[in-house]
Amino acid sequence: METKTQPQTKEANPMKKQRMTGSEAVMQSLLHEGVDLLFGYPGGAIMPIYDALYHYQDKLNHVLVRHEQGAVHAAQGFARVTGKVGVCMVTSGPGATNAVTGIADAMVDSTPMVVISGQVASPLLGTDAFQETDVVGITQPITKWNYQVKRAEEIPEAIAKAFYIARSGRPGPVLIDITKDAQFAQIDYEYKPVEKVRSYTPATPTKKDKVAEAARLINLAKKPLALVGQGVVLGNAEKELKTFLEKSGIPAAWTLLGLSALPTEHELNVGMLGMHGNYGPNVKTNESDLIIAIGMRFDDRVTGNVQKYATNAKVVHLEIDPAEINKIIYADVPVVGNVKESLPMLTAMVSENEHTDWLNEFRVCDKVENQKIINEELFPSKKGMTMGEVIRRVTDSYGDDAIMVTDVGQHQMMASRYFKFKNTRSVVTSGGLGTMGFGLPAALGAQMGQPERPVCLFVGDGGFQMTIQELGTIFQTNAPVKIILLNNNFLGMVRQWQEMFFDKRYASTELVNPDFQMIAKGYGVAGAIVDDRDNLDAAVQQMVSHDGPFLLEVKVEKEGNVFPMVPTGASVSEIRLE
Amino acid sequence: MKQEFTLSIYSENHVGLLNQITTVFTRRHINIESLNTSESAIPGIHKFTIVVFTSRDQVNKLLGQIEKIIDVIKAYVFTTDEIIHEEVALYKVKTESLLNSNEIERLVRQYGARILEVTSDYTVIEKTGHKADTQELFDKLDNFGVSQFVRSGRIAVTKLKEELLSNYLKKLEKQKSLLD
Ligand SMILES: Cc1ncc(C[n+]2csc(CCOP(=O)(O)OP(=O)(O)O)c2C)c(N)n1
Repeated sequence: METKTQPQTKEANPMKKQRMTGSEAVMQSLLHEGVDLLFGYPGGAIMPIYDALYHYQDKLNHVLVRHEQGAVHAAQGFARVTGKVGVCMVTSGPGATNAVTGIADAMVDSTPMVVISGQVASPLLGTDAFQETDVVGITQPITKWNYQVKRAEEIPEAIAKAFYIARSGRPGPVLIDITKDAQFAQIDYEYKPVEKVRSYTPATPTKKDKVAEAARLINLAKKPLALVGQGVVLGNAEKELKTFLEKSGIPAAWTLLGLSALPTEHELNVGMLGMHGNYGPNVKTNESDLIIAIGMRFDDRVTGNVQKYATNAKVVHLEIDPAEINKIIYADVPVVGNVKESLPMLTAMVSENEHTDWLNEFRVCDKVENQKIINEELFPSKKGMTMGEVIRRVTDSYGDDAIMVTDVGQHQMMASRYFKFKNTRSVVTSGGLGTMGFGLPAALGAQMGQPERPVCLFVGDGGFQMTIQELGTIFQTNAPVKIILLNNNFLGMVRQWQEMFFDKRYASTELVNPDFQMIAKGYGVAGAIVDDRDNLDAAVQQMVSHDGPFLLEVKVEKEGNVFPMVPTGASVSEIRLE
Repeated sequence: MKQEFTLSIYSENHVGLLNQITTVFTRRHINIESLNTSESAIPGIHKFTIVVFTSRDQVNKLLGQIEKIIDVIKAYVFTTDEIIHEEVALYKVKTESLLNSNEIERLVRQYGARILEVTSDYTVIEKTGHKADTQELFDKLDNFGVSQFVRSGRIAVTKLKEELLSNYLKKLEKQKSLLD
């Protein structure tokens, strides 16, 4: 699925061939790809490129992060909310290895990104030179493609290919490693965007007979359930999804990364799948007679025990990546291709329908979940504050139109359950890798990508401290990120597992925390702390009306749990409500 | 049910590809029984021939992951009856043992092997064939003492009339020229 092609800037390459250094060629190539913002951190092996950047500061806004992991997560946040390719630059050795976690995260979550790493000069390669690491080797299994440039002449083509591969088909991270001598050398610069690579097929055209077969099953189904994944968002196919659902009347559940592909309040939206998803879509998966998976990959957090998954259903799988077909769940009808293309074809062939009774079964489940879980989470009868009530207060204050960024843990699941979405590309979370520390830098990147939209980061006291230094970057850029720190003084999600599966042996999960307000103050970030429900509204209002970054710290119940839950190894229909 | 499969993987001739391909197997704990890399009939296109012992379902998943590698052009999987395949084995024995009896020469003739080189110290015998045959010859020769033995990876061509890769490349050309 081609994510939005970035506009070409006029400034780039006025003449056909220009004499310049490899480093300047990097700048020109980035401009050609429409880049105007990048995140990075300098060092020895990338200094020539940073020196070239000095002369391009008016066209390329470089955000200096505080740790390379932050640069990558920021680029991911930017990419996720804009649909453009995120760009970051790091130096060799430790700079590049610090970027590894973020690259792996972007790989599993199909985030389009180009990472440029500096490398020692080519004669030194393989000699254990100062700050030499085999980044190409290290990142090979966690990049969609990577390449080491040793000659300056290769730079324009390598970068063009990197952008093409990163954003086309199923997007992903690409790393270009450039030796220092290639950065210095002079070339005759000429840029040709890459539009095809012989050995690479971004997406195959959708087969009509498969669509017809899928439509036949859909028209016969009594209890169809659509599973909406990030493929819909990456393919810019939200409208196509809505049209398909509304015509066929099929209830739709979203995966964690499929959040916001459809408005929360859409009547066919039955909620979230997976381990901490909603009750209805989980139990109904095993009652459904037809699963229509749309741009999703049956992650084990979604399926639970695969042997006991969708036991009564046939499966139609709409997916751009052929390797996902039959990888986890056998597809009776695979529809390989971009969902942007296949969904309208399918819509044309399905009959208009309303699955009123079936949909009502979800409403019944909702009632059960409301009674057993949601009401108490949103309107607690106990004194301690819950994560749910804070999240709901925040989303309401923004009229459900903010971008939700999360870190990883209980708060992530709570935010995914209780935050509400009106518009697409409103969620930035680490799904496949579950990277603690993702949130703060990703929120910065999201905010820089969408300066006009409010960005709300929900973060735990554990994950916050994994990349807390990025408060420095937020201070320096003054990006008005709203940080909602749900402080339970625990590594909450791990503690919950210890409570449920390890007889409450809380081994190394309780945190002795610093004064977060004082830290924020040190970084020039305004803040408020709430430890009593009565003050919550006012503090949220203070945050919303504050012009600039803000840290809202809420002392929530220490031992709150996220429910429902599908325990590991259990079937989705064995979801626990308590 | 597990069985023997031969994968023919065609790729651009780029550094690091072998590593990328073998990672697909190691991540899934699938042992590579044999591996060979060489040029293909088409200039610039490299061919990997890999033999694995696994299930059809698993080999299809491997194929999917291998084709995802950007520089891999196309990968095919064959059962053993769909291909003509060979391996080469070299055996190094003492020339003395060769001279002491006729047995070694008899084995060489019987197994359709040939003598590559004879020096006063050692003799090198070569045999092309299926693994079972080259192994059998090894077992027999080893009665006389084989000081070195090596067998190459499997090489294979299909029994098909049409050429899968050329057809695929033609199709690709057509599709991509439509894009231009
Ligand atoms: C880098 C990393 N290390 C460890 C984990 C395992 N882990 C998952 S959730 C979690 C606890 C998170 O605690 P906190 O940030 O306080 O959030 P909470 O669950 O309390 O909301 C841990 C340790 C992880 N996901 N990522």
